[in-house]
Amino acid sequence: MINIVANGQKIEAREGETILTALRRAGIKVPTLCHMEDLTPTGACRLCVVELEGAQNLVPACSYPVAEGMKIKSHSARVLAARKTIIELLLASHPDDCLYCARNNKCELQSLAAELGVRHRRFYGTYTKKPLDISGLSLQRDPEKCILCGRCVRVCEEVQTVSAIDFIKRGSKTFIGTAFDQGLNVSSCINCGQCAVVCPTGAIVERSYVDQVMAALADRSKYVVVQHAPSISVTLAEEFGYKPGLDVDGKMVSALRWMGFQRVFDTSFSADLTIMEEASELVHRVQNGGVLPMMTSCSPGWIKFVETFFPEFIPNLSTCKSPQQMLGALIKSFFAEKQGIAPEDIVSVSIMPCTAKKFESGRSEFQQNFLPDVDYVLTTRELGQMCRMFGIEFDKLAPEAPDTPFGERSSAGKIFGATGGVMEAALRTAHLLITGKEMDELKIAALRGLKGRKETTIDIEGLNVGIAVVNGLGNARRLLEEIKAGRNDLHFIEVMACPGGCIGGGGQPLGLDKEAVQRRMKALYKIDTEETLRQSHNNKWVKRLYEEYLVKPLSERSHHLLHTHYSQRELLR
Amino acid sequence: MANDTLTAIEPILDQYKGAARDALIPILQEVQEQEGYLSRDSIRVIGERLRLPTSKIYGVATFYNQFRFQPKGKYHIMLCRGTACHVKGSKKLLDAATRLLKLEPGQTSRDRLFSLEVVACMGACGLAPVININGEFFAKVTPMKLAKIIEQCREKEVVHAEA
Repeated sequence: MINIVANGQKIEAREGETILTALRRAGIKVPTLCHMEDLTPTGACRLCVVELEGAQNLVPACSYPVAEGMKIKSHSARVLAARKTIIELLLASHPDDCLYCARNNKCELQSLAAELGVRHRRFYGTYTKKPLDISGLSLQRDPEKCILCGRCVRVCEEVQTVSAIDFIKRGSKTFIGTAFDQGLNVSSCINCGQCAVVCPTGAIVERSYVDQVMAALADRSKYVVVQHAPSISVTLAEEFGYKPGLDVDGKMVSALRWMGFQRVFDTSFSADLTIMEEASELVHRVQNGGVLPMMTSCSPGWIKFVETFFPEFIPNLSTCKSPQQMLGALIKSFFAEKQGIAPEDIVSVSIMPCTAKKFESGRSEFQQNFLPDVDYVLTTRELGQMCRMFGIEFDKLAPEAPDTPFGERSSAGKIFGATGGVMEAALRTAHLLITGKEMDELKIAALRGLKGRKETTIDIEGLNVGIAVVNGLGNARRLLEEIKAGRNDLHFIEVMACPGGCIGGGGQPLGLDKEAVQRRMKALYKIDTEETLRQSHNNKWVKRLYEEYLVKPLSERSHHLLHTHYSQRELLR
Repeated sequence: MANDTLTAIEPILDQYKGAARDALIPILQEVQEQEGYLSRDSIRVIGERLRLPTSKIYGVATFYNQFRFQPKGKYHIMLCRGTACHVKGSKKLLDAATRLLKLEPGQTSRDRLFSLEVVACMGACGLAPVININGEFFAKVTPMKLAKIIEQCREKEVVHAEA
């Protein structure tokens, strides 16, 4: 323990930690822009400067280690003046279009300017005009709003090991861009959206399709259906100031109906369907000497990561489409036939925790007769925006049930939203397929929690199945490197591109902290313990779908509608 | 294309077997020395060897003025923006060059005839403002004079084509 004095008060600090960590633990609020927990400090924004007795200049708290007997002033007049000047200088080359900005009211720069009392423009700077990058389907970048804090660069490099973007050029000409400053659509970006989650301003935001969805809802010639992903119901409430982890499933369904969606489906239903197909595929691969380890294919960011960086593992990817695309394909085939609606008159919307899902829905693999299976993908944040437009108040809504035939779900489909959930759900069904019996204990504790990688071996009546669950693509990359180097004890691997899985996805409410993700996870597993229908194969609507239409898992029709294949992508086009 | 690049720069990369990221700049310099510029393919190949992302290499390369990403033109024009040349009006000269050639510094014309590069100082301050085309110096260049020089280069090409 190290003793330091902050603002005249003695506080305790730990060896090797930074001033910022010590101050924050003591409950002293120090503003930051470039700081990110657990990632390399850069000291780029200087907003966290504090006065250190004996030092001539102000020191950056985020990257300055504590030492015995330090005397610090965190909010002296000199410090506050410096912080205000920093914000004023950042604003000197920042557009003044807050009213029209996607991050209005959710912008860290804006709230810091307000906190520090910036009331007029003190500096007029010139900046290089750079066009918007709207080349991608998932994310759009506005380099003029960028303050060069480097958070996106670090999350892309250190957490995801994708490094699609970096600092380009030097000095006042610096900007963030891709290799050869090309559009995101031709870069190695995998669309996970973690950059948008950490961006303090509106420099990187999701491509919004709210306008298109609103237009579809207003068009009487269209039949507008919506599906919502497993994790949305436990995160949407945060958009309205509720504590993370509140489940608003039924209320969300009534909100969606109120907006005018004609059918409200649950993607957890097609998660159950995914499990039926994926577990069957796993059993088929194990029994017939197929390519192993099999890897899950629900996370579109992960898929593009494999296609770009590890094409040699494409045969390992499950051929199953993601739940979103399975349901999309069924809506415009089975459902359309049953209802007697022409597929081109259906507008299929999905609410996803994910920006990469926007890209996924645009992939040419997921079209039938040149019609996309899913027309528009909205993130949790965009659904929050629509709820505000429609004046929805969650505490006044009565919960409603989703629509048939894609409304019922097991809790196995629901836990898809958390890292480890797909694996757990798949094992419940794989166990039945192999042994003909249900598992005794459904919960596999080794697969739960937020750890980056979880591994275990499951004994299914003498068949030892080696499994691994990873979240965050950096962890996935390390595992793939191990397998490349000769590791061969694994049969089934679940990968989710975002830290924590979909509950930490790039489309989730902002202000992401570990505790929020933890609470969201708890909420999903609570649903799993409280409900009685806990296995995908016991979902009676899934059974009915097979009886009426798909025949059986891996049937010809399943292959046509629910499976796909992927191909190698060039790293630099 | 990619394979051609690989064979061409392989000998350079082989000198740096087992090298880490600190070898990046010397490699970039040698590749540019040989190829005349840094192509997409060479950046991708260097990235594979050093296990560095292409965006990172592009970021490092754009930090320095010495690297270019388009092949040099037949007439490679280096325009000095050093202090002495600046005082003698090289800003106007640069404006004229970009206008006449329809090129930004670092770019090469589509017909591969001209490329423009801005340098900090050529050590010929007595001749300011100075430009250098393929090693030949032109002293006390005005926008008018520059237009003539460029015109002469173009004429030479027409003569060549007719001959």
